[in-house]
Amino acid sequence: MGSEAAAEALWGALIATQAPPRPGGAERTRPVESSASWPRVDRVGLALCWAAGMLLCLVAAGIVLYMLFKGLQYLRPGLLVERPVADPDQSKSGGFLDPLIGTVMLTGLGTAMAVPLGVATAIWLTEYGRPWWLARAVESGVEIVAGTPSIVLAIFGLLIFAQPLFAFLSFTAEGNAVFGRSFFNAAAMMSLIALPLVVGATREALQSIPSHIREASYALGKTKAATIRRILLPAVRPGIGTGAALGMGRIAGDTAIVIGLLGATLQIERVDGPPVIDVLRGTGSTLTSYVYNNSPSGEGNAPEKAYAAAFVLLVVVVALNFGVDLLSRRRKLPAWTR
Amino acid sequence: MDSLIPPPIRRIAVDESPTTVAPPPADERRPDGEANGHRAGMFGTPTPRARSGRPGVERMRTERLTIAYGEKVAVNSVSLPVRQGEILALIGPSGCGKTTFLRSLNRLIELTPNATRQGRITLDSGDVDALEVTELRRRVTMVFQQPNPFPMSIFDNIAYGLREQGSSRPGRAELEPAVVDALERAGLFGEVSENLEHAALRLSGGQQQRLCIARALAVRPEVLLLDEPCSALDPRSTARIEDLLVKLRDDVAIVIVTHNLQQAYRIADHVAFMYLGELVEYAPTDQVFGAPRHERTKDYVSGGFG
Repeated sequence: MGSEAAAEALWGALIATQAPPRPGGAERTRPVESSASWPRVDRVGLALCWAAGMLLCLVAAGIVLYMLFKGLQYLRPGLLVERPVADPDQSKSGGFLDPLIGTVMLTGLGTAMAVPLGVATAIWLTEYGRPWWLARAVESGVEIVAGTPSIVLAIFGLLIFAQPLFAFLSFTAEGNAVFGRSFFNAAAMMSLIALPLVVGATREALQSIPSHIREASYALGKTKAATIRRILLPAVRPGIGTGAALGMGRIAGDTAIVIGLLGATLQIERVDGPPVIDVLRGTGSTLTSYVYNNSPSGEGNAPEKAYAAAFVLLVVVVALNFGVDLLSRRRKLPAWTR
Repeated sequence: MDSLIPPPIRRIAVDESPTTVAPPPADERRPDGEANGHRAGMFGTPTPRARSGRPGVERMRTERLTIAYGEKVAVNSVSLPVRQGEILALIGPSGCGKTTFLRSLNRLIELTPNATRQGRITLDSGDVDALEVTELRRRVTMVFQQPNPFPMSIFDNIAYGLREQGSSRPGRAELEPAVVDALERAGLFGEVSENLEHAALRLSGGQQQRLCIARALAVRPEVLLLDEPCSALDPRSTARIEDLLVKLRDDVAIVIVTHNLQQAYRIADHVAFMYLGELVEYAPTDQVFGAPRHERTKDYVSGGFG
């Protein structure tokens, strides 16, 4: 974007400049009034608004460029396909294949849990929502879940999943102590992070459907259930997609639950059981915990690996956000929503 | 009578004999010339579609129907017949209860949380309250002001109403004849026969509204309700829909709410004029426009208020 135009506008706001007279002919005033005529406080306010936006752009550009620089400096393709090994010698400690798989698995599993739950909640809230006090309670519940820090969710999850009742979800140590850390458990808590986003996006989409669409369906002798299933759900599918993608970004970027509930073991550790289930009952790590455990700002001392992994993580999250943008922009608005 | 003071609203008891309306008393009747001149001035060249000659079969009837939203009475003790073979137009200024009346006929009004209803509505002599709402609404379907096809293909829009809600869903081959028939009755098949799989929302506004009519006809209703179906359409599309309604009136009883007096004049066989929730006048169209019996009707059809 034209940063020159921005600077010009900034100065235009601060210093009263006159537009140069047009060669030959009467002077035409601007279509929008010049901020030069504004009171000083308004001009300062406008300048601050510009400055805030520019600052944010700089910060975002700084992060991306820095990570790009550092990441490309240390990332080699081998890191993506080598399994990590615990070795003090960094040349032998392998890559981060397992954390990468862990991120993908945890994100997929968490989203798969959050979407049905979130869509069901949104449908109940928008289409039923009675009695009103129960609807208020559900709304507050969603808001509380949305506001809970993920480390609190992790501790709470550990408390719950270490109960003998949930032993089948993780691994039981000698003396019947339930370990409470597994892909299942971490994904269940991760789904709570994504849930409010799915609920919010789905509700918004449902509310944007005018009531005469529902009535048109009822007026054909259709039940409410049929209306929801055949008309409303297909219509809000882009909204659900947006919520799910936002939730995926949050899950992929969370660290506390991985460290608390996934065990943050370097490699994916299987627990006895049938295939797939043994992995899901086992522990592992994600890119976030890998960065934390390798970076000097966390626990480790392998900044090169941390930078490379952080770069990959950033690419994943930015790609997800880009996907959200694409999804919500490409969304065809039916005529009746205008 | 002092012409400055509007006359009190009088209701006509339509229960006794809705079809035969006594001619207005001689002292209230205006000279014919004035009536004709007034009509000509209002419509330019009035071109009514052919009126239905014979009296139709009564399908629906309301008896002292009163509907209130909380404390506010929207429809006050309205009794009207709805006949097959005829088009009944409801006219009146905004907020007079036309739409509320229309929506009560298929019990759609019951979706409004604070709406209460008194009085009886019958469909083929049976009380509508005794019917399952889904069955009632398949027999009394509705078309809305805004063309609102569902966000799916043209075919699916029509098939949606036909598909049973049970576990067995008829396949495309079974539904196709009924879908084609509904589109033909709505005069849309010729335009969309090649692309039944296209999204319905790609159609033009007038086509969308005819699709909505086809959708409402597909379930073979006995009564078709239309709530200002042409108010969002251009004159050409409006004319097509008017032609269509006149063609349909022999198969299905039609009730249309309209703000467009010319439209009511063109297509309706009977007109009911409502004002502030009251039924002021119910009479054959030519009488309502040519020789209204009530001062308010006269004012309204001559553009006096509303």
